Amino acid sequence: MESFASLIGISVSAIFISNFVLSRFLGLCPFLGVSKKISSAVGMGMAVIFVMVIASGFTWIINRFVLLRFDVEFLRTIVFILVIAALVQLVEMALQKYSPALYEALGIFLPLITTNCAVLGVALINTEINPITGLQFTFFETIVNGTMSGVGFMLALVLMAGLREKLELSNTPEILEGLPISFITAGLMALAFLGFAGLNFFA
Amino acid sequence: MTTPSVTRPKPDFQSQVNDVKRETVSLHISSSPHIRHGESVRGIMLWVIAALIPSLIASVIFFGFQALFLTSVSVISAVLAEWLISHLLKRPSSTGDFSAVVTGLLLAYNVSPLLPWWMVAIGSVFAIGVAKMAFGGLGGNFINPALAGRAFLMASYPAAMTSWKATGFGSLSGIDGITSATPLEYFKSGFSGENISELQNALGNLFIGNVGGCIGETSVIALLIGAMLLWYKKIIGFRIPLFYIGTVFFLFWIFNGSGDVFSSRALTIPLYQILSGGLMLGALFMATDMVTSPITPTGKIIFALGCGILTFVIRKFGGYPEGVSYSILLMNLFVPHIERYTKPRIYGEVKKRD
Repeated sequence: MESFASLIGISVSAIFISNFVLSRFLGLCPFLGVSKKISSAVGMGMAVIFVMVIASGFTWIINRFVLLRFDVEFLRTIVFILVIAALVQLVEMALQKYSPALYEALGIFLPLITTNCAVLGVALINTEINPITGLQFTFFETIVNGTMSGVGFMLALVLMAGLREKLELSNTPEILEGLPISFITAGLMALAFLGFAGLNFFA
Repeated sequence: MTTPSVTRPKPDFQSQVNDVKRETVSLHISSSPHIRHGESVRGIMLWVIAALIPSLIASVIFFGFQALFLTSVSVISAVLAEWLISHLLKRPSSTGDFSAVVTGLLLAYNVSPLLPWWMVAIGSVFAIGVAKMAFGGLGGNFINPALAGRAFLMASYPAAMTSWKATGFGSLSGIDGITSATPLEYFKSGFSGENISELQNALGNLFIGNVGGCIGETSVIALLIGAMLLWYKKIIGFRIPLFYIGTVFFLFWIFNGSGDVFSSRALTIPLYQILSGGLMLGALFMATDMVTSPITPTGKIIFALGCGILTFVIRKFGGYPEGVSYSILLMNLFVPHIERYTKPRIYGEVKKRD
């Protein structure tokens, strides 16, 4: 039961309270770059979930069995970047060979996010203390955190894409057209997401 | 082509024909819609302002003239901001449609009567400048400007936004003083689950508005009088308010914390919840905003259900005692998607297979 509460807590936190885009402000370049159309936003969201899960699992293993064991935690950031980038490239090659359909679906988005700060961010957060249990993240919690952070990213991205499609029709002042109004939109979305602050189902 | 006629028509008949021709030429030609109605943005906004007046009167009765002063500051700064921004953008001024007055009123209704006046003014300018005019003015905004202003103030001045004034007739807890807890704060932190009669006794005060809270949200009766006017004028529909309030009632009825759904306790808690806080103001006047709520009938119901569920979740599990403003803001973000999936089928259209 304790672990169930922890998993729910991790999920709610990753999707709503500390949403990667709207609360931690990570992964803003794919958020603004690929949110012009809903269809591409969904593709990007899927790719981010996929990469975040793989990166979370793999970096957790490396952190636990290599970095902590040999006492070289100061190398964490650089090792994670290398591992994630290499891993995603390998996975991409394997997908191309064995699952062309999935490869086509993820398309250009997969290489785009190999070294994204949101992906590195989730890997680094997984090495911290789990605020709910007060212990290190377990492997399963890491996977859940990766998945749900990706889901939170996708939620923000898809909402943003819907709003931007609507914004195309509005009579925005010239000086704000394009990126500026997108940042204002993102800011207002973050303001709305403040409503989730302190959400706790097991108080 | 005219056939040669033997007898020429009388001159006055000829002039009549010419008149008919001239009239035919001057027919008004335009594309659809052809059915016109005298309704205008200005007319609708004036009715909304009229519908908000009873709450203003109630707030002056309960909180004194400070409420009127803050409301005036809010309205004036909203109108000035709108005028200044359209002037700077070299666009025709839109202050004549009175939508800025409505935004100013609603923002003031959403803040505590103890808030310093300059904070209200800042919130008003944010609501108009960032949430509305940056998106091209009325109709372009995706988020309710007044609520965005409130959320902005809530993030910037959390302490000032949550210190409440007791009404002139004593506070809910019976302690006289300058500050008082709102009914929802009392429910969240003071209510132990045993003293259910206290909640029952408070219901009457909640209905007339004799409780602490934001300027325009406390008096349910005044808000309902205003809403009836808007229902009568068909400016707001029944779907959003009914489903919104109904969802909150239902969820607090089922999850009332006693495990029993037919006891007096089980019915007191949802009644207390729907009468307190900003639910009535939000459900009647802000979730029904024409610009930021879905157009489609099914979409309105989905929107209202979402608002209700989020309000319940934030009130019950969230960090704030009140979740109406945030739940409406959050559902505003979903509106493009709701409209996309509830768009009615065009007559004769064959469903696409995909």
